[in-house]
Amino acid sequence: MINATAVYVLWLREMKRFLRAKSRIAGAVAMPLFFLAFLGLGFRRISLPGISAGVNYIRFLVPGILGMSLLFSSTFAGLSVLWDREFGFLKEIMVAPVNRVSIVLGRMAGGMTTALIQAVVILGISFIMGFKVSTVISIPLSLIFMILITATFIGLGLVFASKMKDMQGFSIIMNFVIFPLFFLSGALYPLENFPLWLRCLSYLDPLTYGVDGLRGTLIGVSSYAVVLDVVVLLAFSLTMIFLGAYFFEKSESV
Amino acid sequence: MYAIKVENLTKKFNGLVAVDHLSFSVKSGELFGLLGPNGAGKTTIINVLSTLLDSTSGYGEVASFDISKHKDDVRKSIGIVFQEPALDVKLTGKENLEFHGMMYGIGKELRRERIKEVLRLVDLTDKADVLVENYSGGMKRRLEIARGLIHRPKVLFLDEPTLGLDTQTRRHIWDYIRDLNQKSDVTIILTTHYMEEADYLCERVAIIDYGKIVAMDSPSKLKDILGGDVVSLEIEGRSDALLSHLRELDWIKTMASHNNNLSLTMEKGERRIPELINMAHKDGVDVVCVSLRKPSLEDVFLHYTGRMIREQELSQNERKREMLRRRMGRRRR
Repeated sequence: MINATAVYVLWLREMKRFLRAKSRIAGAVAMPLFFLAFLGLGFRRISLPGISAGVNYIRFLVPGILGMSLLFSSTFAGLSVLWDREFGFLKEIMVAPVNRVSIVLGRMAGGMTTALIQAVVILGISFIMGFKVSTVISIPLSLIFMILITATFIGLGLVFASKMKDMQGFSIIMNFVIFPLFFLSGALYPLENFPLWLRCLSYLDPLTYGVDGLRGTLIGVSSYAVVLDVVVLLAFSLTMIFLGAYFFEKSESV
Repeated sequence: MYAIKVENLTKKFNGLVAVDHLSFSVKSGELFGLLGPNGAGKTTIINVLSTLLDSTSGYGEVASFDISKHKDDVRKSIGIVFQEPALDVKLTGKENLEFHGMMYGIGKELRRERIKEVLRLVDLTDKADVLVENYSGGMKRRLEIARGLIHRPKVLFLDEPTLGLDTQTRRHIWDYIRDLNQKSDVTIILTTHYMEEADYLCERVAIIDYGKIVAMDSPSKLKDILGGDVVSLEIEGRSDALLSHLRELDWIKTMASHNNNLSLTMEKGERRIPELINMAHKDGVDVVCVSLRKPSLEDVFLHYTGRMIREQELSQNERKREMLRRRMGRRRR
């Protein structure tokens, strides 16, 4: 059923494109780092209700910024189907004797790898900036959350890419989907400060559990139990993968 | 043995009929052309036959596989060169071919061999490791033809293979296509709106208009229908009387009038011209310009549809330009 060679070659293509687009990588890594550096330094002395004592703002911020980077790069990876449609390459993929499931898996594998590489680079740089994790197994545990976050948002990107005919709707998705998801997730501030109605919206945002899980695993402080975060995010990611694959399958390729 | 068999194939888009109860078949090894103006439904036919689109009704068969039931078998049996480039420009030429070979499940050794072979065929061996974004239009086209051949398809679809290429490159591509068809047993279906292309390349041509086949035969036979020479007259004045007089003449085989142009076909046209001018004069019509030539497929199209392919193309281009202008305006605002 699943064509391993096709999954591999789709992944390989993504890797080659990624490694060749040096300026794109620089841009994708720079934005989260600027957020981290400027917000971190600007709010260094602040004490926000909801951040437990002994956790300074930068420490609180690092997992949030990782979530932000994963959100953006994964959604774009899902939306990259649109680029392929724009440049005609989608037809080359769709006319090949490869089932649609393998094509979706190949895209996901490629998108996940590139998103994770970017997140790991950002985590690495934050270590240089003095970020410290709480335990030895923090990093492997946080990887679970990173993978689930990418899966969720690649799925989301695929849904939008399958529903859109061209790039026209791109900025709408950027402004009305990605940014709200980012701000609702509590990446920059504790959600405890939101009014109740806004907090309810946050509960619907998969990234809320992603960022909270990253905080729980990396700095040992989280609003909900880490297990709860994993379970909810897993449910979100499976749903989104399924929806992404479903809509991609249904979409017309020309 | 048929490479393609189509019966009553129909494709509608939101009620708009793009392909209208089409029936035709193509023999194995044939070089077959679909000729018609832009928007006639040629690309839609290719998209349906290559399984990219589902047909609305009717039956289609490619390499003996049903296009709606055995999509994967159809996909394995065909190669396709799309009208718009379908290359990954961030990969090199060779990488594009590698990608294709792997998607079609060709093993490593065989892949290497075939890639070498097809690169040689289209003269791109030297440029194999250059990123496709640095290729010229002609090189991209050749690379796509090469790619369409890697998996040794039984049927190769070429959708407007020389669209937007300069004359010299067009000639080259024509020669590749013809050589390919003669040296291997691959069946080639090409769509084009260039009469010369269909005339030069195809063994058999189907003339398509509004999703229907209006005529289908070899180019020479199609032109023979018109018979003899084409005499074109550019006239001024009311032509009704002249037209009815001309209709009575038995030596005029076909007649088509179009704006101020009159196309007549007849034997020995050069001897009939003075007579025609005299008749026009008597009927109070001025003849501004006369030309005599052998019929082209354009005349065949005009004969069957009462319109010119070239003219439609022009108005289509204008429409496109208009749309572009509007879009740019919106952006500026």
